[in-house]
Amino acid sequence: MTMKQKFGLGCALLGAIGLTNAADAAEQITFVSQGGAYQQAQTVAILDPSAKKLGITINQDSIPDAWPAIKTQVGSGKPIWDVVDTPTGNCLRGGEQGLMEKLDFSKIPNGAAMPEAYRSPYSVSYEFYSSVLAYSQKTFPKDAPSSWADFWDVKKFPGRRALRNHPFATLEAALMADGVAPDKLYPLDVDRAFKKLEEIKPHITVWWTSGAQSAQLLNDGEIDMEMAWNGRVSAVAKEGAKVSFTYNQGILQSTSLCILKGAPNLATAVKFLNEAVDPVHQANLPLHIDYGPGNPKAFETNVIKPERAAQLPSEPANAAKQALMSYAWWSSPAGEAAEKRWASFMQK
Amino acid sequence: MLALVSPALLVILALIVLPVGWLAWQSIYHDGFTLENYRRVFTEDVYWRSFALTFEISLAVTLIALLLGYPVAYLANALPKGWSILILSLVVLPFWTSVLVRAYAWLALLQRTGVINQFLRYLDAISEPLALVHNTFGTVVATVHILLPFMVLPLYAAMQKIPNDLMQAGASLGASPSLTFFRVFLPLSFPGVLAGCTMVFVLCLGFYITPELLGGGRTVMVSMLVSRNVELYNQFGAASAVAVVLLLSVLAIFFVVSRFISLDRVLGQK
Repeated sequence: MTMKQKFGLGCALLGAIGLTNAADAAEQITFVSQGGAYQQAQTVAILDPSAKKLGITINQDSIPDAWPAIKTQVGSGKPIWDVVDTPTGNCLRGGEQGLMEKLDFSKIPNGAAMPEAYRSPYSVSYEFYSSVLAYSQKTFPKDAPSSWADFWDVKKFPGRRALRNHPFATLEAALMADGVAPDKLYPLDVDRAFKKLEEIKPHITVWWTSGAQSAQLLNDGEIDMEMAWNGRVSAVAKEGAKVSFTYNQGILQSTSLCILKGAPNLATAVKFLNEAVDPVHQANLPLHIDYGPGNPKAFETNVIKPERAAQLPSEPANAAKQALMSYAWWSSPAGEAAEKRWASFMQK
Repeated sequence: MLALVSPALLVILALIVLPVGWLAWQSIYHDGFTLENYRRVFTEDVYWRSFALTFEISLAVTLIALLLGYPVAYLANALPKGWSILILSLVVLPFWTSVLVRAYAWLALLQRTGVINQFLRYLDAISEPLALVHNTFGTVVATVHILLPFMVLPLYAAMQKIPNDLMQAGASLGASPSLTFFRVFLPLSFPGVLAGCTMVFVLCLGFYITPELLGGGRTVMVSMLVSRNVELYNQFGAASAVAVVLLLSVLAIFFVVSRFISLDRVLGQK
């Protein structure tokens, strides 16, 4: 059995146990995330402690891309999921399309206490990762590229490059390379971004599509620098490859929690949502995986040691060096148009 | 007879005809009848480029597979039984490895730090590593490898049916070996050539994993458009329109081929 299958079986068993307990447990919810090591880390750090504290049963399910299932479930009128952990853009888009419950923040004090950029009427940030500039320390033992302007500078930093085959974070990086400040990116100047991308296009060896591929490229020395997700780079480094990355001008991205419209256990789901972004639970997450807490207050709990905090994408000092992705812009008509334009850019 | 066949027909109906029909329906019906999905496929540059690239790659793969496969099939046909079994086993062997594993194996061979570049660097034959993968070249190489059995086996089957006496007759009448080959053997093996080429070409049209992993993001084949359209438009209709156009192209190819050769010969063992 593969890890994923094992995990799936585990989930099924957990679900079955949850169901048999359902008769006596007063309250329960179904929580959905993306599976793998990530969901296991949450189970230990957030889900189990939350269930215990609230005295509820949390049935778990997992799916790599929740969006199609969200559409079908809510479309059918009888969703079986309550709370979903999914890229923030899905929560916003879902909210606009009437697929998500509007949140009453008076019942979610932990969410209400979070900065406004970390929540929306339909969601609260759950965890953070970052699209960072990663490089080979073999190629750059010193004077490594440390900004997107450096990445674009093929004379000063010769070497093979890779970017993600997706406009998210890539357009932001192009604009930063062109001199736009990280906090002045939105609304994105799409024309300017694509013009800047045309400049680097001939020097891009690979446009990667999966996180695993980006890790392989770096690990095998197939490329000298690339945009990659921080967790992937640190995993490659842990395996012993001479690679590193900078948070400078990283693009901070998040998944959020949202509740499906017509969720079967709405009241319990709201209670859980509040508990899941509790600063202490949130602070426990990065002790188990290389993702930062969605609630910045987690850094004030003393649970995360300073040296660990310094490695995390959403640690305040690291966050200050980065651009916070605006999912609101990406799910706007302008954002969707930019996403469609990507295809013709790639094939020209 | 019908009773025996009906379970198979039901399975095909349930697993192929109904889903494909449902997808085709989605491509023209989304909150009402619409041709929007097809308008996109036929008017936007992106689709045209992908279809053109897909046909170019499929053509290149077919020709290379034919050039590589014909001698192999010829040898397997000409040699005594034991040898031909060995050759055919070697041809079929890679079949039992997953397409994914084979794509990664090619990556290990072709990439900058891969075996071939390392070896050429060691020989001082090149100063800079060659760009052998993350482009169309790498995609074609790996695809040929995967599809070669589909060329060799129909060729071998067709060659098996050519009576050896004909070549001997040619030789007895004074023709040189090359003349008998070109005038007798080659024309008689033509149904195998057509069958192999059709199989390889049509299978190649739908390739997904290989270009995805070895194409470097630039080699966007039609199957990749299908998956991308699901992500981009969040509905199956946009994707199934692409699939329907591809399916119709394949059917058109089969139709044209069927004018020259009975389809049984392409698909079966007659």
